[in-house]
Amino acid sequence: MQRELKFQREADAEWARRVSQRPGCEGLFSCLQCGTCSGACPLSIYMDFTPRRIIALVREGFRTDALRSKTIWLCASCYSCAVHCPRQIHITDVMYSLKREAIQHRLYPARFPVPVLAQEFYRMVGRRGRSSEFWLVLRMALRSNPLVLLGMFRTGWDLVRTGRLKLRGERVRDIASLSRELAPREVA
Amino acid sequence: MASAYGYFPGCSLKGTGVAYEESLLELFRLLDLPLAELQDWNCCGATSYMSIDESSAFQLSARNLALAHKASHADLLAPCSACYLVLRKAQDYMQKYPQVAREMDPWGNGNLRVLNQIRVRHPLEVLFTDVGPDRLRQKVVRRWHGGNVACYYGCQMVRPYAEADRDHDPVRMDELLEAVGVPTVDWSLKTKCCGGSLTGTAHPVGVRLNYILLKEAARKGAQAIVTVCPLCQYNLDAYQSEIRRDTGQRFDMPILYFTQILGWALGGGYKSLGFRRAVAGRKTIAQWFAPARTEKEAYV
Amino acid sequence: MSDPHGAVRIGVYTCHCGTNIAATVDVKALAQFAATLPHVVLSRDYKYMCSDPGQELIRQDIRDHDLNRIVVASCSPHLHEHTFRTALKVGGLNPYYFHMVNIREQASWVHVDKAQATRKAQDLVCAAVRRVAFHQPLERGRVAIHPDVLVLGGGIAGIHAALTLANAGKHVFLVEKEPTIGGHMAKFDKTFPTLDCAACILTPKMSAVRSHPNITLWTYSEVTRVDGYVGNYKATVLRHPRYVDEDLCAGCLECLDACVYKQAKVPDEFNMRLSKRKPIYIPFPQAVPQVPVIDPETCIQFKSGKCKKTCIEACGDRHAINLHAEPEIEEIEVGTVILATGFQTFDAARIPYYGYGKYPNVYTALEVERLVNASGPTGGEVILRDGRKPQTVAIVHCVGSRDENTHRWCSRVCCMYSLKLAHLIKEHTGAEIFNFYIDMRTPGKGFEEFYQKLLNERVHFIRGRVAEVTDWELDPSEEGKLVIRAEDTLAGFVRRIPVDMVVLATGLEPRADAPEVRRIFNISCASEGFFLERHPKLAPVNTFTDGIFLAGCCQGPKDIPDTVAQAGAAAAEALALIDAGYVETEPNTAHVEEAVCCGCKTCISMCPYRAISFVNEIHKSRVNEVLCKGCGTCVAACPSGAVRQHLFEDDEIFAEIEGVLSNA
Repeated sequence: MQRELKFQREADAEWARRVSQRPGCEGLFSCLQCGTCSGACPLSIYMDFTPRRIIALVREGFRTDALRSKTIWLCASCYSCAVHCPRQIHITDVMYSLKREAIQHRLYPARFPVPVLAQEFYRMVGRRGRSSEFWLVLRMALRSNPLVLLGMFRTGWDLVRTGRLKLRGERVRDIASLSRELAPREVA
Repeated sequence: MASAYGYFPGCSLKGTGVAYEESLLELFRLLDLPLAELQDWNCCGATSYMSIDESSAFQLSARNLALAHKASHADLLAPCSACYLVLRKAQDYMQKYPQVAREMDPWGNGNLRVLNQIRVRHPLEVLFTDVGPDRLRQKVVRRWHGGNVACYYGCQMVRPYAEADRDHDPVRMDELLEAVGVPTVDWSLKTKCCGGSLTGTAHPVGVRLNYILLKEAARKGAQAIVTVCPLCQYNLDAYQSEIRRDTGQRFDMPILYFTQILGWALGGGYKSLGFRRAVAGRKTIAQWFAPARTEKEAYV
Repeated sequence: MSDPHGAVRIGVYTCHCGTNIAATVDVKALAQFAATLPHVVLSRDYKYMCSDPGQELIRQDIRDHDLNRIVVASCSPHLHEHTFRTALKVGGLNPYYFHMVNIREQASWVHVDKAQATRKAQDLVCAAVRRVAFHQPLERGRVAIHPDVLVLGGGIAGIHAALTLANAGKHVFLVEKEPTIGGHMAKFDKTFPTLDCAACILTPKMSAVRSHPNITLWTYSEVTRVDGYVGNYKATVLRHPRYVDEDLCAGCLECLDACVYKQAKVPDEFNMRLSKRKPIYIPFPQAVPQVPVIDPETCIQFKSGKCKKTCIEACGDRHAINLHAEPEIEEIEVGTVILATGFQTFDAARIPYYGYGKYPNVYTALEVERLVNASGPTGGEVILRDGRKPQTVAIVHCVGSRDENTHRWCSRVCCMYSLKLAHLIKEHTGAEIFNFYIDMRTPGKGFEEFYQKLLNERVHFIRGRVAEVTDWELDPSEEGKLVIRAEDTLAGFVRRIPVDMVVLATGLEPRADAPEVRRIFNISCASEGFFLERHPKLAPVNTFTDGIFLAGCCQGPKDIPDTVAQAGAAAAEALALIDAGYVETEPNTAHVEEAVCCGCKTCISMCPYRAISFVNEIHKSRVNEVLCKGCGTCVAACPSGAVRQHLFEDDEIFAEIEGVLSNA
């Protein structure tokens, strides 16, 4: 039998305060817990914690629960929550900040496609300045679950025959000006 | 027209969204609106960059806006809704948050005000505001032979910045299409998320979101869906055969760009408008956009 | 130092205020210091000057030591200036020979260092001592209070205030904008938590107003202009023409039946546009006065001049209908005003997510009040716009309340009326009802018990604010219905609930004409737009304009019990003024030295209270000392130095400055 009891030593109020200081996250503590965000979110029915619960976890300082959730990776950034919220909290920005922190501290499930895609995207654009959908999906699949490629054959073929699958990657000419600004950080 | 509109294609319009670029260029050519692709643009970063590192994400936009400023573009058109949102958000956050402004300074000389002077616009809004339904109506040369369409606006073009259109029940695309004689249906999922990149990463979830959209559009009597975003178009288009396998429901629904429909009404070419790029509903497309059988039928 | 007022004998009192002052300011040293100052005959320190013994000290000392000036160094004049001035008066001295020094808020409470605090206190006392020598004896003015009262607004607040005052023997002008009194309460079916019929408890009061000899009832009228000041207001009332003479009409209503419109065609505002009325109409059966109104926008005779005028025919020998009636202007004089203009409901169309105006079966709460009411558009049957009877109903709380996107405030009554509507709809239809709320706010007497009653009636209560009302169908069971998608935060999942009818619990907001009313009566509002009370705790019915009081929802959202209580309070405040017969005015007013005034009129435009007028005969300005609030703007603005202010004369101010500097 599992026991779920939260002790106060697990609650990191200082972390909660830091989250609220990130750009876009300032409304965090005025949340009413009304649940409009979860009601509006098209992905909330797939999440382990609804958006409302994530806010509740974050402001009470339950960092690990929030960062380890699958919720943050299922957020599609559709901004429905932010637009409906009666306190005008930018919940999407809270989700992004949690994603960044989860990646930095490697707190996401291993080989989970969403963060893997983000990292591959980051690397590719960091190096070339533009992304190539084909190579991106390929690399993501190889690093998370190569078997999905089998299911993608039909789609891949459809894209090839309509001329939408570009194999040759694009790149930015003046890549130096880009790298000057963004040194790709090494994320595993 | 004083100066050309700056055009930011984004990675999608060069790849799976090539039909959008083709039809956008063709439509603007038909309307005599000069479009100049931003030289050496870089990827906007979409949702992925913001998930990894905030300052890099904003810096990508800073470089693009700086390029636009250097090229003296007053307006920068971003057809892909994700690119549009990323650029607008960078401008907005740069103004609101000093720490973002610091992160975005590409030359380290604090001259960020110029980046905010570029008007980042979505082509839907440009066509509605700068051209308008009346002018489009006057330039129509082809009668509509197709069925009803459902206008699908997606998320990031109208949220959180409701500048291109209002965020609940938007109507500008409907009005432009109606102006060229295309009947649109009223439906409640105009801005319900297609899942974005989740079709690639959380595949069953993403596909289900698109199934919902196709099902409701069909229920309301639409025979095609018209979009403004390359990712929405791809999601609704590419998985219809899979949906048919999983649910038994056959949609065969063409998923088109609004630029293709408007371009067609204004006399654009079948190939140049990218109709051959469609995956689903090819038969319907062939019927609706067949070359005119007689002169009488073609010209209005 | 010259001594223009004869031998000045000053008494200085330093208060300890317990430890509030004494902990930081060395009060003993201060008292000793004060004793050394010019003209100071007596210097004491005491623990609590404002107490009875403290005041007695002053009274006794005046007599024993022949003092003619008093300085008290203690707390803020806001608190006890009046107390000490009274002590002087009782002791036989003109109260204005007094000056108060604030060494608590201005010295003790803003210092940590004792030496510095004491030093500042010394400077301030020195200044006060020098100043008070120049004080003149002053008298408070008296302004008579006209005993009549103007009550603006004929809802339950205005009605109750008017009846209270009228029963006390005062004459009341009750002015109401609509053709009938009754306000919003007349539209309600039953009232929470007792489920009393609203009309049954309201109409007796309405009749009482009609028949009361002390109430002049002017409906279909507005106040367009107000001049004057407390006790002496002159108001201009515009009476719109009803085209039916109130004195001649017998209330038989035959003209309504006789109207050439056999079918009613005009949307009926009283029934929230759910039914239709004729161009000649009475708002509701128990309207007071029981006199029809003709609407010139829809009456054929007014629009084309070509009507058979069957209404006039039906009226017969009474000749009550006069299609040539003109607006009338009345000028009245009153002493006090009670504003009871009420509220308006939030326009639900402003939140497009809820589908009001798009889906026919989405209603606002007021519309539903009319539906369940037996004299409403459907005779009390709950029938939807498409003719069906609902089997499931959703009641959405907090529409336009607690929302940064629309209104921030909680509208206070919606949780209770949502419970009430849940009960009434269930009673009328047996439908399954879902209330979607954020919090259940049921604080009043009997309110929690009412909530309990509803829970036991098996109404569903889902804690989750509704994100959207949609016709998007996901499951065959949702066909033809409206779907509510909300997170059931307590049970812990997202739910889709298909319903036949959606009721939006719209909040209360200030009326659209509130800014206009404020301008006419010169009162303020807070940032949300409701009229501003003088003090939220201690003066909830007074405004910052003397003689004007507030009652009801125009001051903020509230329910009927609180409205009636507030109306009684406003009436009591008005009665207090009227029965006292006069108000005393503070003498710290400005006055014009006519010999010096050159007639440039600079002061007149500067005065925020419009208290200065120009006397053409002598080409000089004159200050109305009753309207003057003593702000000092004109004094500073006058280029000739002709305007002076009692208690703030130049020599007094310069003496204070010298007092502070001389201690350096």
